Amino acid sequence: MSNLLPLTLKVNGEEKTFLASPHASLLRVLRDNYYWDVKCGCEEGDCGTCTVLLDGKAVKSCITLAHNCAGHEVWTDKGLGYNDEITRMIQDAFVECGSIQCGFCTPGMIVAAKHYIDHGGIADRKEIRKAISGNLCRCTGYNKIVDAIYKVAVELGREVR
Amino acid sequence: MSKHDITLNVNGKKYELTVESNELLLNVLRERLYLTGSKYGCGIAECGACTILKDDESYFACMVPAVAADGWNITTVEGLADGDKLNPVQQAFIDNSAIQCGFCVPGMVVTSTALLRENPDPDEDFVKDYLRGNFCRCTGYVAMVKSVLDAAGKMKEAK
Amino acid sequence: MTTRILATEFDYLKPATLEEALKILAEKENVRILAGGTDVIVKMKVAGMTCDYLMDIKGIDALDYAKLDDKGVFHIGALAKLSHLEKDPVIAERYPALKEAFHLMASISVRNMATMAGNFCNASPVADSVVPSICYNAVLTLASVRGERTVPVEKFFLAPGVTVMEKDEMLVDIALPQPEANSGDAFIKKTRVRPDIAKISVGARVIRDGEKACFCRIAMGAIAATPAYLEETSALFVGKKVTPELIAEVAAHASASIRPIDDNRTTAEYRVAIAEVLTKDALTEAWRNAGGEL
Repeated sequence: MSNLLPLTLKVNGEEKTFLASPHASLLRVLRDNYYWDVKCGCEEGDCGTCTVLLDGKAVKSCITLAHNCAGHEVWTDKGLGYNDEITRMIQDAFVECGSIQCGFCTPGMIVAAKHYIDHGGIADRKEIRKAISGNLCRCTGYNKIVDAIYKVAVELGREVR
Repeated sequence: MSKHDITLNVNGKKYELTVESNELLLNVLRERLYLTGSKYGCGIAECGACTILKDDESYFACMVPAVAADGWNITTVEGLADGDKLNPVQQAFIDNSAIQCGFCVPGMVVTSTALLRENPDPDEDFVKDYLRGNFCRCTGYVAMVKSVLDAAGKMKEAK
Repeated sequence: MTTRILATEFDYLKPATLEEALKILAEKENVRILAGGTDVIVKMKVAGMTCDYLMDIKGIDALDYAKLDDKGVFHIGALAKLSHLEKDPVIAERYPALKEAFHLMASISVRNMATMAGNFCNASPVADSVVPSICYNAVLTLASVRGERTVPVEKFFLAPGVTVMEKDEMLVDIALPQPEANSGDAFIKKTRVRPDIAKISVGARVIRDGEKACFCRIAMGAIAATPAYLEETSALFVGKKVTPELIAEVAAHASASIRPIDDNRTTAEYRVAIAEVLTKDALTEAWRNAGGEL
């Protein structure tokens, strides 16, 4: 069953038309079209490595139907890093705080952090942990990831707890 | 086999023991003095989990026959804190989230303490090089190096 | 096999003087010398090394020195520790390749315990402090109840773990002659990670006379049964105008003349290939340190 249908959407600021089968996930379509910073981990909505922004909200692209995104706007970690200052701050903080070990969870983690900050996230470790609770990390023990996001929140003048 | 009466000065306390010639210092510290902070990792002087101080120098306790340590002034990780007050390196490890499973940490903080006694103003490269005999399987080392530099900064400020 | 305990049994002896130690070596059988223990204790744990007597020489203060004599020769005593030698100002100034070798050995805690003499007596083909010592024409003093004798470093090693020392002899002193004016040296070591034993190491020392070298010693670790002095290769460098082409020629000869083996660190193929690169780099650095230009 390979009836590929055209799908037009904005990815990282550019309007794109892909050919995708009706049952393809957004994750599969993105990776098939070389957006390899979006990782495939569990492919069942648990681990969060596939997290991208859809119309400004963090979603798990592995359980998002690609064709449902027609006409919508997707941003990945890499695209955000090139175009968005807040994401760059998050990326820098991750590097400085030692929040990256193997790196596999990192793109999804950064997008989740970006969502948190964009939606009023404050410098509160408990709140940050809730915000990244959909993103699993096998390496770091999370502390340093929380450190990095906390740091960005403080730098942006958010409420500090 | 021979037996020997020895004295070990550990963390400021004097211990008098009789040891067999082939007993190792690490095992005496852990099993006879109940100072289990120093860990058995590799047993062949490679991983650093057993690091202790002899005077101000870091040594691997797994490599020392206890009888050869007769009369030594030894500091283990248990001896770094001043009562409830952690030493600056220990505190920095906590402040900088440098601890995951924790197994390598006693060796790391002991070696780092020796580092700062030898060089109170190290740069990142110096710290990385000095800690190359202490292996960590969990953290990726970044936060540990940061901790040592943080502790160095705080110790300088305190002066 | 276990590394948690020392499973082998022995009597522990701790002589207070060199005289006492030599007497023990002469009168007792199966004596192992313990200095830093970073090779002996490891071998007792994993390599089946045994002894009837473990003789700890750390009580012999007279052996812990590193100093110049009145002829400008630098003497390193049997108990001089790697970490202290690494910080010695005379070594830093006169024997920088040796300082570099010390610094790259194992880790700080091992260097706080281990001695240079122990590195020699362990007689590994890849002994880091030996390779530059060959370039410096080091002379070793061996002592026994029968007296003392000297051995040039390149004649000290016979096979992995085997030296020319008799059963009753002890290495007491390593002497480094005063470096000549216009001499330059280098030491390079390749490992998997920093605290590792070398896959291959190269030491080079040259004495410059104008645009030519009047002396050259190239030594290598981990390419033969003992640390090796590449006598033929070194001779090729002497008496000719030094150019990048000459260095390349000598490096190629080094690579072609060695017969390394595969072992658990790396392959013969790697060693042959890298020998050429490291010889080129070490000679270039040594020549520049001697004030030469290329």
